[in-house]
Formats: sequence, structure tokens, C-alpha cells
Amino acid sequence: MPRPGFVLDVDRSTPPILFWRGENFSLEKLPAGRSRVIYPAEPLPAIDDVDGAIRHALLNPIDHDPLPSLLFPGMRLTIAFDDVSLPLPKMRRPDVRQRVIEAVLDLAADAGVDDVHIIAALALHRRMTEAELRHAVGDRVYDAFAPRGLLYQHDAEDPDNLAFLGTTPHGEEVEINKRAAESDLLVYVNINLVAMDGGWKSTATGLASYRSLRHHHNPDTMHKSRSFMDQHRSELHKSNWRMGKVLLDSGVKVFQIETTLNTDTFPQPFEFLSKREWEWNARDRMTFLATTKALGRTPARLARNIFHSIEAPHQMTSVQAGEVEAVHRITTDHVYAQELVEVKGQTDILTMGIPYISPYNVHSILNPILVQVMAMGYYFNMYRGMPLVREGGVIILTHPCRPEFNPVHHPSYIDFFEQVLADTTDPHVMSQKWEKRYAEDEWYRHLYRTGYAYHGVHPFYMWYWGTHGMKHCSRVIVVGGDPKTVRRLGFVPASTMDDALEIASDVVGRTPTITHLHTPPLMVADVI
Amino acid sequence: MARDDAPWKPSALGRLSRVGDVVDRVTTPFARRAARRGFPWTAPTVPRGVEVPRDEPDLGADYDTDWARRSLARSVRRGIVGGPLHLAVRGVASPNVHGVDRLSDLARLDDPPPLIFTPNHHSHLDTALMAIAVPEPWRSKLVVAAAADYFFDKRWKARLAALSLNAIPIDREATGRKSSEMIKRLIEDGWSLVIYPEGGRSPDGWGQDFKGGAAYLSSRTGAPVVPVFIDGTGAIYGKGMKRPKRGVTNVVFGAPLTPLDDENTRRFSARIERSVTTLADESLTDYWTARRRAADGTNPRLTGPDYVGWRRQWALSERRSIGSAGLRRRQKRRWPDLGN
Repeated sequence: MPRPGFVLDVDRSTPPILFWRGENFSLEKLPAGRSRVIYPAEPLPAIDDVDGAIRHALLNPIDHDPLPSLLFPGMRLTIAFDDVSLPLPKMRRPDVRQRVIEAVLDLAADAGVDDVHIIAALALHRRMTEAELRHAVGDRVYDAFAPRGLLYQHDAEDPDNLAFLGTTPHGEEVEINKRAAESDLLVYVNINLVAMDGGWKSTATGLASYRSLRHHHNPDTMHKSRSFMDQHRSELHKSNWRMGKVLLDSGVKVFQIETTLNTDTFPQPFEFLSKREWEWNARDRMTFLATTKALGRTPARLARNIFHSIEAPHQMTSVQAGEVEAVHRITTDHVYAQELVEVKGQTDILTMGIPYISPYNVHSILNPILVQVMAMGYYFNMYRGMPLVREGGVIILTHPCRPEFNPVHHPSYIDFFEQVLADTTDPHVMSQKWEKRYAEDEWYRHLYRTGYAYHGVHPFYMWYWGTHGMKHCSRVIVVGGDPKTVRRLGFVPASTMDDALEIASDVVGRTPTITHLHTPPLMVADVI
Repeated sequence: MARDDAPWKPSALGRLSRVGDVVDRVTTPFARRAARRGFPWTAPTVPRGVEVPRDEPDLGADYDTDWARRSLARSVRRGIVGGPLHLAVRGVASPNVHGVDRLSDLARLDDPPPLIFTPNHHSHLDTALMAIAVPEPWRSKLVVAAAADYFFDKRWKARLAALSLNAIPIDREATGRKSSEMIKRLIEDGWSLVIYPEGGRSPDGWGQDFKGGAAYLSSRTGAPVVPVFIDGTGAIYGKGMKRPKRGVTNVVFGAPLTPLDDENTRRFSARIERSVTTLADESLTDYWTARRRAADGTNPRLTGPDYVGWRRQWALSERRSIGSAGLRRRQKRRWPDLGN
């Protein structure tokens, strides 16, 4: 039986705690008597018969007719699936999306369906490479559909292939992929790694255009989302759910398939990264020492390649299909069962180690803006109830925060860093002053549509993710980061953890309480 | 001579074959001289009226291969399969292996069950190909059912087959009691099996009807059957070819099958054949086409068209030309139409 997550009160006998630092990690001693560490739960057991479970879900859907009864000869079937941003790290083959898509295709073949399109629902994310598509959907599906142009990627800037479906009572425009909107059935294949994923967000965000996305990806919505991991208190989700209603009213027929994975994140020899420090055996300790020393002498590019080649031994813990909202309720319960850790009370200082990966830099560089979104957008929001850090508290994060960008994947990030952040770090100001210029820039649009670039507006959305966190905290300190880059982000640089605690003391006093998020693997703090 | 536009020079295999001819020329005179000299250079004649006690038959289906599964022989075999055999197969057959992911659920079990692999059979190369293509954890505990009357008719052949491929002798025409008992015992000991349901190599390049041996063994032992389609080995070293010529092969593994509650051996064997047929279609076209044809029962048959003579061979050459294009046709970069 896997052990649940728990909160460790640090005392003098507690060993130093693991902190991620991008493509490396370190051990840091936290002050005894007033620090605590939140450890994630161990991975839940996987389903043994994955294919059987998927088939069962398709034949016995929730609040929906069985999939075979929805399939008929001559129909237009569209299968949309989550893009490269999920799961993290990429899972070992076969990816769960491949297994679900093959199960759907088996039923479609039995029903005599000929007109099938498969679409990567990537919204404003970069297009996936052939290797990434093959990894997600498998060689069989790729070889059968891609050469005929039947497996392709959603293009949020293609006016000919977008369908405007109406507006919500709040005036939010709903525009999604035309093929998906006009199909007799849209099957969405989703991976729910965190509670934020899935539900109407799959279709209303993944297959939407900039015109539609701007209504919920803005500073106001993000500021009112408390948190993204709690659907009922997230304005982002409420907006997506309103859009889902418009989709239904306009006749889009969605069959949602959601899967959850366990948190088995690191394979050998990196398994120790998921273990609690006092349970490290001699081999783990040797591996840690050898790895940190070696990575310290390894060029950053090579270290990145090593880490991005990691394939997680994730296993599927549940699959449910049917009506979007009914399915998502059960999916969220499964995610919470894996990730929720009960924590009593808030803290003065929240510490976190930022790893090498985020949803937006798979096979790429975690640039400074993505460091910000990981800290203030994701880790800060890994709570239900109230934030882990008290209002006016301090966040201390560890990351080298080098001014490095991938010019292929993140071209607009470079200009955002040099131009927009040099002007302002206030999300509201930049959304008024700069967003439109980047969103409608022809060159960024061209790179998004034809290359592997994130949309021109994407760095703004990343910055907006942190809106609530940045307003909530009085200071953000980056340990080990490039000082000039850290200051450009509006954060404070520090050389060591002790220095960071010293810098924080003028805000939170000499004896603040400290809480460390020991993640990855992922967890959500249920703060009571 | 190789054609001027051939992508390779006369192969090493060709040269090796010519060396064999030279050895043959050198040794034949000695053999003839020995035959002229008679006993003791040759075997003795038997005096009339004398009955020679027969040796206990220990070749053919009775050949004992237990020694080939002991640790020393396994270590030697691991070296042979992982080294020279692997290199030779890659050099001659350039195998592309697909569908291994269909076995991933079984592979991650704490105690993966033994499997019965049932490939189609066109060439002796098939066995070597399977020895390197079958994924772990099954590869290291794999036995191959080999024709007792062909591979175990001479002691040196029996030893070589048992040592290098872990072959076990099996009656070709009927699953004899002794063979099936031995296989059942091996599967119960955790050994997986490669068995050719067609019973022998294809005589004309097309497949043959499946016999029920694999289905029968699965029903008796409970081991799942993994259908496998091998494409390309017939053109490399098919039946009747004197020397191999290099080519490309595909090995496609299917999803494991187990007999249904109300399914007899004949029906189960037919289902295995249909699965291999679908894999063959998948190998030559793509997964979606094959799956749709399987749904309405129109996958091209392994046994080829009904007509005989040159038209049958003509159809075979056409099929082979499709097969060599094979899987993983690369998609050309698709640029969206941005207008002007």
C-alpha cells in the first residue's frame, strides 16, 4: 500500500533537504523548530489491464451513450488529444493517449467509420515534432493518418479552419477548430496530471483561437483563480465551463475520455529524487553525489539533453469516459486521491526548488519567464483552500535562472524579456500596453503556424499565471540565480539559502515559519 | 556480377559461398578415395544373416535438448545470439521491429507469463530473426519449435540448433504426445515458445493454412498466443534459394490472444490466423486500413490469390514491392497554406 503524503516538522535530527536547481539539485539545511517539509504521496497502484479498462470505459460511459452506439458509417469523427505539455516528464511508451486512440479507432473500424481526423489540441502552444507525435499517438496511428494529412495540429491562427459558435452571457467569444465543431462526434483524449487539466478546459482551451482564449487568459481571471487546482474557486475554470455550455448549445457533441496517471516520475538511476532523504540508501547517496558533481561540470546544453531524455514510468490509475462534467468530477477525485496532502495553517516563507521542466519547455530551455510561471503560476497555486504562504509572505526559490532562451520554441519570449519586462512587470499594465502588439505580430504568427514556436502572446499568458502569487507575496527571492536576470523579473537575487533567509527577515522577522514543497513528484497542499 | 546501379558491391556472403565451392572441390577427391578404400575408411558392411542391435533412437523428435537449457549452454547462447547472430541478422535482413508495445502490460508484471509466438514462416532466417526481435523478458527464456525431420536428423545439426537457437524437435505433421508433453513442461517452467503454425517454410512465397498446434498448446497450457507477422525473409533466403541476398525485413507483433470460453482449438487457430493476416495487412498498408479491413473481413489473405501459375508469382512480386516500401513511410513536411 503506498504511503500518503505527509508534513515533516524539521528538527535537529532532520537531514538536509533536496532542492532542485534546474538541471541540478542541492541539499539545504532548513532551520530546526520552525520549518516543515511537505512530501508527496507515493505513486498509487496502476491498473493492470489498461486496455481492458479503456474498453470498459468506452462501452460503459458516464451519463452518455456507449461509444459504439454513437458511431455509424458515413459520419465525421474527430479525435482530439492533449499536446506535448502532458505528461511531465514524457511517459514511457506506449503513451496512454496512444492506447485510448487505438481503442477508439478499433470501435470506429468495427462501425465502418471512414472519415476520421486526429488533431493535436495545442491551443497557442508550439507544434509538436514528428518524434513527439509518434511518441504520443504511437507509430501505428501516426503512419496510418499523418501521411494522408488526417493527423495534424490545431492552428489557432487559421481563419478558414475556425468556427465561431457564439458568446457566453459574460460576453466571452467561443471560437474553436472548425473540423471539431462540425463533426458528428468529437472524442477528446485527455491526460489529467493535475486537477487543473481536463473538463471543458480540454476543448474550450485546447482547440480554441486567440480570440477565444484572451477572455480567460488575462490578469483579472488569473487573479481571481484561487487556485487553478480548485475548479470551484477558479475563475479560469468558470470561464471555460461557460464556454462549454456554448459548445453544447451550438450542437457540438463531445465524448470526453479522461485518464489519470500516478506520480511515478523518475526511473533508475534518478529514483532517489522521489524518495525521502532519510530513506536514501548508500547507492542513492552515491548516485546523488556523483550526479551533482558530474552535472556541475557538464555543459548546460548536455545536461538539458540528459534530463529531457528521461521517460517517466508513469502508469494509468483510472480512465473514465462520457459526458464532460460528470467525467471530470470523477477524474478530479482520482487526481486528488494521488496528490492531496493535508497541511495545517499557512507559513511566512514558502521554499521551492524549480526543476528543469515545465509544460512549456519540453525538449527545450526553462527560460527566466518560465521559471517565474513555475514558481508563481504553478507551485504557488498547488493548494486547495488557502495559499500555503500567508499574504505578505515571502517565496524563496532555487534555480540558476540564466538569461537563456530557445529561439525556435520561444522567439517572442526573447523580446518580451528584453522589451516588456524592461518596461514593466505589472501584468495589468503589460496587458494594456503590450499584449496586442505581440499577439498580432505577423512574424510571431508565421513562426507559430509554420515552425515550432509558441504564439507571440504566450509569454504574456505565462506572466499572467503568476498574477495572484505576485500580488499575494511581498517578496520573491531566487537563490543561485543570475542577479541581473532575477532583477529583470522583479525578484531579489541571493547567493545561498542563508542569505535568502536573511534578506527575507526584514519582511517576515527573524524567526519566520518556513514550509518547503518537496516536489516533483507533484502534490497539492490541502491547507486548512 | 552486381549491377552497376546496385547499392552494394558483391556481398561478403557471395564471397563466402565461393569459398565453400573451393572447399568442396578440395574435399571431394578425398571422400571418393575413402569410399574406394572401403572399411575402415567407410562404415562396415553387415554380414548376411546377422542382426545388428539398433541404437535407441535419439535423433528426430526423440532428441533430448535438456542440456541446451542448462546455465552453461544458456550463457554460450546469450553470447551467440547477442553477438554474431545479431550482427549477421542485422547485416543480412535489416529488421524493423514493430508492435512490441502491445506486450508492455505483460512485460511490467512482476512475473510475466510465458508466451507462444506464432509467426508466419518463409525462411530459416525467421528463427534467427525471432531470436533477436522477441523482447525481454521473454527473449532470454525462449525455445523454438523446429522440424524434427529437418533440424534433428543429424547429430551435428541437432546440437547446433539446440545450442544456438534453443530449438526443440517437434513433429511436423501432428503434435505428437511426446512433443506436446515436452512443450507443456517447458511452458510450465516459464519458457516461451516460437512455433510456426504453417508447419514449414512457404514453398512458393505465399503463406500456408495454419495448423492447430499453437492453439492446442495454448489451450492446454494457458499461455497467451502472440501473433507475429514477418515480412521480407522469403525474398532474402526463401525455400530453394542457394545463398541469401540482402534485404529489409519487418517483424510486427500483435496483441496477445487467449482462447475464449466457448472456443475450440480449430476456431482459436482460425482467430490466430486472422490476427496474423491483419498484421500482414498492417505491415503492407497501415494500422487503420488493416483494422477497417479486418472489421469487414477483407484483409488480403496470407495464402495469396486462388489462381495458379505465373499469375500467382506475378502477384507475389507485386506484393513484395509494396512490402519493401514497408512501414514508417516518412511524412513530408506539411506547410500550412498561409495564402498570399
